[in-house]
Amino acid sequence: MNITSANIRTWARLGQRGAFFGIAMPEIASEKNNVKLLTADLALLSGMDRFIKAHPEKFLNTGIAEQNMIGIAAGLAMDGDCVFATTYASFIAVRSLEHIRQHLSHLGCNVKIVGSAAGVVAAKSGVSHWATEDMAFMRALPNLTVLSAADSFEAIKMAEYAANTDTPVYIRLSGGLNCPVVYTEDYDFKAGRMVCLRKAGRTAIIATGLMVAESMKAAELLAEKGVECSVYNMHTIKPIDRSTLDDIFAENDLIVTVEEHNTIGGMGSAVAEYKATLANTPRQVFIGFPDGFAEAGSQRYVWEQKGLTDTQIADRIINELRHS
Amino acid sequence: MSINTSNENAERLALMSRRMRLDALDMALASGNNGSHLGGSLSCIEILAVLYGEVLNYSIDQPLDPQRDRFIPSKNHCVLAHIPALAEAGFITHDEVLEFQKDGGRLTGYPKRQEIGLEYSGGSLGMAVSVGVGLALSAREKERRTKVYILMGDGELNEGSVWEAFMSAAHYKLSNLTVIIDRNHLSYDGNTEDVMGIDDLAGKMQSFNWHVVSCNGHSTQELLIAFADEPADRPRVIIADTVKGKGVSFIENRPEWHHHRLSEKEYELAKAEVLGGQTS
Repeated sequence: MNITSANIRTWARLGQRGAFFGIAMPEIASEKNNVKLLTADLALLSGMDRFIKAHPEKFLNTGIAEQNMIGIAAGLAMDGDCVFATTYASFIAVRSLEHIRQHLSHLGCNVKIVGSAAGVVAAKSGVSHWATEDMAFMRALPNLTVLSAADSFEAIKMAEYAANTDTPVYIRLSGGLNCPVVYTEDYDFKAGRMVCLRKAGRTAIIATGLMVAESMKAAELLAEKGVECSVYNMHTIKPIDRSTLDDIFAENDLIVTVEEHNTIGGMGSAVAEYKATLANTPRQVFIGFPDGFAEAGSQRYVWEQKGLTDTQIADRIINELRHS
Repeated sequence: MSINTSNENAERLALMSRRMRLDALDMALASGNNGSHLGGSLSCIEILAVLYGEVLNYSIDQPLDPQRDRFIPSKNHCVLAHIPALAEAGFITHDEVLEFQKDGGRLTGYPKRQEIGLEYSGGSLGMAVSVGVGLALSAREKERRTKVYILMGDGELNEGSVWEAFMSAAHYKLSNLTVIIDRNHLSYDGNTEDVMGIDDLAGKMQSFNWHVVSCNGHSTQELLIAFADEPADRPRVIIADTVKGKGVSFIENRPEWHHHRLSEKEYELAKAEVLGGQTS
């Protein structure tokens, strides 16, 4: 992958999904002979034209049949293929859940599930198209690695990582076109190792997906008001990065987890589960979708209902610090 | 490899079926109070005998040979038929058959162990046809002579994703895929047509563009002829008309024997019937 600032801007314009399937996958398939790409009638929207043109024999459209897609992917993987299967996160992670449990989690088939438009980017389509529980479902399945991309560049890094492992992976892609940029230059992506984007003060924001960029903006707003905080990108929800969390808990008085996901079972829960096993750790504030849905509308309109915008995150932190 | 449909071969496979039925009874007795899936195993004994005794291409010395045929029981609870078939084939010893429920045993709990011919770990119904589609696509792409065989129960046809898989197998023209339906007309709660009707099954499969062959699933001769009838351009379904609990009069067509305990007294009665060849 040619990493230039111009390319990083192009990838951002394509969004996480477009960068993953339009940029990363064609290149990966050229390098790796056993790669397959499956979709459930979402090739066009996912920007797969380039892949289909370059590698028609590696592409399969199963129609709107997510369960069958996962089963077929498992069959191909049992015979030695490295299979990427994708559609909306809401459909792939929920409709196909038992097939994922059976074939990926239990039998360990080498299938990479890519759930796109996770969170509420499909805000106007309503709850059916939102994925605000997918991390909870995937995280509960043994043997799955669970990743969540902060921007388009990170989505590409995840595609490369997944293609080079022979174990099942769930990759959560959020947002639509014009994805906010978190990484303006190359960085060291290691699955299972969170990235510190900003380090200051004794409050730590741990974010994932689109909430990373939003939290970075919140940290700037807070700095303008004289409140310093750190921001971490937790791109790997499972396995969780215990050693970095140990440091974060030791260095901070307040932990704020931010995710475009139900606060039950998501990234915040993963952090809390580990934190609960330790003595003398700081308090945690959960920002996300408190158990419940929201009114459909634009993505920001939905975020505002849940307190997920930059200004709301900043205000919440000021409030929490006041009451600490 | 062409299939030998002669009377002699059919007779050989009928004798193999009888040995397997006796194994199934031994296994049911060995399971004690746990009980076992005797009914749905006895219905597919002949199907498995014909598969392992004639149709499938496998080697017990090279169990992972990429060219081998793949057999997956989607109705994975047919262990009392499958394990005896594996013993007949030589994948496991005859003594091991009775250890199928032993804690820590390598046959316990529907395991995937390709080294002894167990290609897949199922248990949840309706999932394996999709896997078969993937395996068949892969075999065709890699230009292998591999054929894929999936054994299904009729009850699991109630599962929706099964029909997604049927649709896709025909769409991809997978002539290397065969589904055998053990049409024993019973699921756990009773007659399939009362619980959730699936007839006209042959008509449904034809309308899905499958090559449909129907036969008596307890006639090894009819099964051999069915397996010899291979389409060139589409997947094949063999609808094997069977009797749940076949071979033991007090088990035949009784839904409660889907999963049931076999007492010593019942075992003796059943064994005498199988040895005497008294079947309906």
